[in-house]
Amino acid sequence: MKALTWQGVDKLSVEQVPDPGLRNDHDAIVKVTRSVACGSDLHLLGGYIPFMRQGDVLGHEFLGEIIEIGPEVRRHRVGDRVVVSSFIACGHCWYCDRDEYSLCDNTNTNPAITETLWGHAPGGCFGYSHAMGGNAGSHAEYIRVPFADVGAFSVPEAVSDERAVFASDSAATGWMGADLGGVRPGDVVAVWGAGAVGQLAARASLLLGAERVIVIDRYDYRLQQVEKYVGAEAVNYERGDVATELRERSGGRGPDVCIEAVGMEAHSPGPQFAYDQLKQRLRLQSDRPIAVREAVHACRKGGSVFILGVFAGMVDKFPLGAMMNKGLTVRGAQMHGQRYIPMLLERMADGDLITEHLATHVMPLDDAPEGYQIFKDKKDNCVRPVFLPN
Amino acid sequence: MGRAARTLIFATACGAGAVATRAVLNRRSPRRAGAREDARHQRWHTITVNRDIAEVTTGDRLPQPLADLSGVEVRFRPAPGDRGTEIAVRLLAGEPAGAATIRNRVAGDDPRYAVRRALRETRSLLETGDVLLPDAPATTRRTIRNTPLEHATRHGREEGLL
Repeated sequence: MKALTWQGVDKLSVEQVPDPGLRNDHDAIVKVTRSVACGSDLHLLGGYIPFMRQGDVLGHEFLGEIIEIGPEVRRHRVGDRVVVSSFIACGHCWYCDRDEYSLCDNTNTNPAITETLWGHAPGGCFGYSHAMGGNAGSHAEYIRVPFADVGAFSVPEAVSDERAVFASDSAATGWMGADLGGVRPGDVVAVWGAGAVGQLAARASLLLGAERVIVIDRYDYRLQQVEKYVGAEAVNYERGDVATELRERSGGRGPDVCIEAVGMEAHSPGPQFAYDQLKQRLRLQSDRPIAVREAVHACRKGGSVFILGVFAGMVDKFPLGAMMNKGLTVRGAQMHGQRYIPMLLERMADGDLITEHLATHVMPLDDAPEGYQIFKDKKDNCVRPVFLPN
Repeated sequence: MGRAARTLIFATACGAGAVATRAVLNRRSPRRAGAREDARHQRWHTITVNRDIAEVTTGDRLPQPLADLSGVEVRFRPAPGDRGTEIAVRLLAGEPAGAATIRNRVAGDDPRYAVRRALRETRSLLETGDVLLPDAPATTRRTIRNTPLEHATRHGREEGLL
């Protein structure tokens, strides 16, 4: 079959690779209909997460049709149109019992890597390096889905492929940031990053009752989407001081909940960007935490900061004093898709949650390397490329 | 005997310091080069399984694949707060130390490898009835640069902090 493969730092190519097959009784094989490029893939592409091998298939946000099931699959049949959670969960461990599916104990086949790096191993993920299990990704004609009863969800007829595909990861991640960040009715929420996850975190915050939601980015075309499709306010950090804006817009208190949806390659017009980039290039720190620092500093006393952006290792100049003295709650997580996807699909069917505008570049899988280049360079008003493998 | 009664007796035994322990000695392996007799190098490798202790310790048999380990001592006890059962394993011959650790790991025959793999696979089998296999056939190619990562993934369930 055809698949988009990682060939080295900043090198992608579409190659012929072996078809996936059933390996466990709970597996299903899905014919991929749509597969979305994610901002976190850029960390893999850029070599910031050094656990990729030449030939690894990228992609973790996808939708498709089940074409084969293992003997223990009960909830699905061949022909089902499904959206699949990017994180793989067994549904039976202590973490899955508590709806913390991305922390699953049994789905990372290489737990030693992340256990050594982070103390304990999260679950496996599609197309996200050998640190996350080395599972083949979804930028391919077919994909093996382990524990299909737990991670694959039938899409209601009322929801189009174009909309549903974002339930796989972006919408679930965004919703989790607002939910576990503790957004309550009446809150002021600030979201760093106006990509798909940031927009959907902002939308989730509004649907959870936030009074005012402010999204921060540097790209006007993304901020225009925030205003038009999300119904939130927009701040361009290149044209003003974010801390001042947030203080003014929250009556001097600071936002109740700050959601960071940027990750380890954050930018800033200030000198801290040069500092972080230099340290990152010299391998003195692995991640650039600029948005996290801003969020911790801007958040109101006793407020909550939720880190949705992907980080891999160590950061420098974390404002621990602000966190401690302001009594903040700082949380983060990879996304617990299985917890949210059924609800998200219902909201998509009801029209509460729209996502089609995020798919700015829809293209055949053959054009995926070019799609990633456009995405990486933020050219042509790109928010997310979506690939059509079949 | 009912599950509650079995658990109670087990918990009492733990309280008395006589933690339910099963030594698997029948296929005891010879002492490895570099292994230390020092008790500090007989650490327990411990994992928690999301199953009641009565489901984990059925009869006198150890759950698979723990039963296949040789030269080890295995201990079970209820995890606090209804978190299931803690399974602990230690190598009777002790752990490799110093240069032996590096030598064994490079050669791929560190005795802790079998213990870690057995603990992880036992948990998966008890919780899900299965052990997740990696994708195959692989889509990757072998390169010199990828050799360390390939080694790490070959021992993905055998290395780590467990």
